Amino acid sequence: MFKVKLRIIVLVTSLIALLVLAGCGQTAAPNKKTISAAGATSLQPLVKAAADEFMAKNIEVQVNISGSGSMTGLNNVANGSIDIGNSDVEVTPELQDKGLVDHQVCIAPFLIIVNKDVTVDDLTKAQLADVFTGKITNWKDVGGEDQKISIIGRAASSGTRMTFRNIVLDGAEFTTDAIAQDSTGNLLTGIKQTPGSIGYIDAAYLNDTIKALKYNGVAYSVDNVVNGSYPIYAYEHMYTKGEPVGIVKEFIDYILSDEFQNNFVEKNGFIPINK
Amino acid sequence: MKAKQRDYVATGLLWLAALAVIALLGWFLAFILARGLPVFDLEFFIGKDGVGAQLFNSFYILALSLLFSLPVGLSAGIYLAEYAPANKLTDLIRLSTESLATVPSIVFGLFGMIIFVNLLGLGFTIIGGAATLALLNLPILVRVTEEAISAVPESYKEASLALGANMWQTLRKVILPTALPGLTTGITLVAGRALGETAILIFTGGMNVSRHMFDVNPLAAGETLAVHLFAVQSNPLPGTNAEQIADGTAALLIIVVLIFNLCLSLPIRRYQKRLMGK
Amino acid sequence: MANRKSSVKLTNQLSKYFFLSCAVLVSLIIISIVWFVGVQGLSTFRQASVLEFFTGTNWNPETNHYGALTFITGSLATTAIAIILGGPFGLAVAVFMAEIAPAKIRSLMRPATDLFAGIPSVVYGYVGLTVFIDLIRKTTHSATGYGLLASGIVLAIMILPTVISISEDSLRSLPNTYKEASLALGATRWQTIWKVLLPAATPGVLTAVILAMARAIGETMAVQMVIGNSSRFPQSLVSPTSTLTSNIVMEMGNTPFGSTWNNALFMMSFILLCISLLLIILVRSASRKGESH
Repeated sequence: MFKVKLRIIVLVTSLIALLVLAGCGQTAAPNKKTISAAGATSLQPLVKAAADEFMAKNIEVQVNISGSGSMTGLNNVANGSIDIGNSDVEVTPELQDKGLVDHQVCIAPFLIIVNKDVTVDDLTKAQLADVFTGKITNWKDVGGEDQKISIIGRAASSGTRMTFRNIVLDGAEFTTDAIAQDSTGNLLTGIKQTPGSIGYIDAAYLNDTIKALKYNGVAYSVDNVVNGSYPIYAYEHMYTKGEPVGIVKEFIDYILSDEFQNNFVEKNGFIPINK
Repeated sequence: MKAKQRDYVATGLLWLAALAVIALLGWFLAFILARGLPVFDLEFFIGKDGVGAQLFNSFYILALSLLFSLPVGLSAGIYLAEYAPANKLTDLIRLSTESLATVPSIVFGLFGMIIFVNLLGLGFTIIGGAATLALLNLPILVRVTEEAISAVPESYKEASLALGANMWQTLRKVILPTALPGLTTGITLVAGRALGETAILIFTGGMNVSRHMFDVNPLAAGETLAVHLFAVQSNPLPGTNAEQIADGTAALLIIVVLIFNLCLSLPIRRYQKRLMGK
Repeated sequence: MANRKSSVKLTNQLSKYFFLSCAVLVSLIIISIVWFVGVQGLSTFRQASVLEFFTGTNWNPETNHYGALTFITGSLATTAIAIILGGPFGLAVAVFMAEIAPAKIRSLMRPATDLFAGIPSVVYGYVGLTVFIDLIRKTTHSATGYGLLASGIVLAIMILPTVISISEDSLRSLPNTYKEASLALGATRWQTIWKVLLPAATPGVLTAVILAMARAIGETMAVQMVIGNSSRFPQSLVSPTSTLTSNIVMEMGNTPFGSTWNNALFMMSFILLCISLLLIILVRSASRKGESH
């Protein structure tokens, strides 16, 4: 009797499990009409714009994208689950031997921003390094008023933060006495409402509620990045597993095309790769 | 007469608490709606950057996830409440169900991503998002169902069984109808959470929408209202009026939840009245 | 007739097995999630020291320091603040709705409080970020306003619907005879509520508190926006720090799956599971003791 019961239980359980999975399983066959791309949140608006345009031009293709962090994108493309991994960092040592091919799609410049009540307009590299490593904690030490410096930065693992650390801090440690936000939007809100705050963002997100600082006396402009006098920028990458083929290749070619680079890249906050 | 005075004071305080909670809600709604409502126009829904498709996806994903989780969750809850022997195993299941509610949804998101995106190779799709969401819903549904059914007085069940009805008949005709209001609360809670969920869907459901509005293909990418809100709030590009879109989306999301609650709770209330009346 | 009877019997049997199977399926899903989180998490300790993880406050994965005490403290503290602020308040509202409110007001309040549950975390976080943080900074004269207090307040509001709806349900499901007997004995309404109804509803209220704690300790998006996300041990209620969830969500997407850093984040999630398990067992045994008295 007990055995019969057990058998029925096992049977029904597996039936339910099958039913649940069947909905997904039968459709799991690879569909050549779909491109999946995922990765860095900062790159996501650009990829979304590209996807919209690309889908308008290719009626049969569906581009599914998501932004959940550079490493999520890289992991998934490395194990073959998705076609393209968007990243604002170079591929890590762990994934070096997975045959990932790098496509640099644009340049992301960064700005040092402060709350509007900060009177300082210009910081040198050394001053910035002292501020962000916690050696200087008051604006009066860099020529401003007597006010505490509140740092609002990005998450310890964000690509923006890594770039900033490599270029401005020469790899030194950030102070832990800092606020971190996981998106540009929240960081902007923080800087806007916190007196004496300082942070860093992708250049495109500058608006009139905050103030941008000069770096070593040089203000940010596309030209200054191109001629090399404004050095805080990084490349944005799209990785594929092996050389891309078919519609994935077409999609990446489209992003690299003059048409897309000239019309959409600057609009979405980056500098075209062809400059 | 000290007791009487104390009664007045306590009653006053309770009224105050109730007023405060209503005021708090009113303030929240006013805050969100005042920012969001002015954004509403035709363009906001069906324009180029409109949220019509996201609105549809929100409901579609919610419906699919309930389709997966409701039968299983309810049944498991019924089993725990009515059939499960009082032993260590049952206790363990109950404990793990409760504690699972604290697992951050991003972990469910990763779990779902490994199963649906990686193992099944679905990519970022509506079906993957809905299935992962169902995983999040399950423990809550089980818990609330068990709670609602245990709250049905034992005498109802005993009376029905004594009249010769078997357990299934008793469940269907007596216990479930009596527990229905409690179950509805549970479903409303789950639905509210599902409509507002972001972390899970970013990892499994994708952050853009199909070319066709109202695409029922479960393999299309399924950005929902909440994910859209998160996306525009994260990357507020100047020149894209991201802030207005965010405000409008937040307001729309709340209105959607409000309508959903009303649609679910009004018939139930009427039904409950009829049940009591008889 | 006999045929119908046997089919009724069969349905009865089958339904029982169906319910059981669903319970088994749910258990399997739960076990696999717990197993997944646990295995990933525990493999942290192949590289990191257990002692440092639980007692250290130096979180610096790039130099192999995995001290997670800051995050554990942050999670417990925010949850405690949320329960202290939101618990009694929510319970008071539940009592009001179950015992005092006229039928009309009650039928309005129920969907209204449920609506709190429908407001997405991102919106709570946004309101917290733009309103509460500003307010806290101005009233406490702290540098930024981010911290335990801000997230505790946001969480207190977020747990209200859970506390209210479950406590109210359990108060309403009490037999009417309790109330009638107490009132007939000459007790005032408040005495009845305090001495009879609330003690009788204790298991339900405890469930409400447990679920509210679970909601608070597991909440991610809203907390992450207002806590400040500094890996520093909380210096005060208004200095930026982190919770387990906020740190998980900040770093999960940007660390390679399978790396020690990523595993440490899973370990933190596993700790959340264990903490809640512990809380639940504690509250359970407390309520059992309360009943036996």
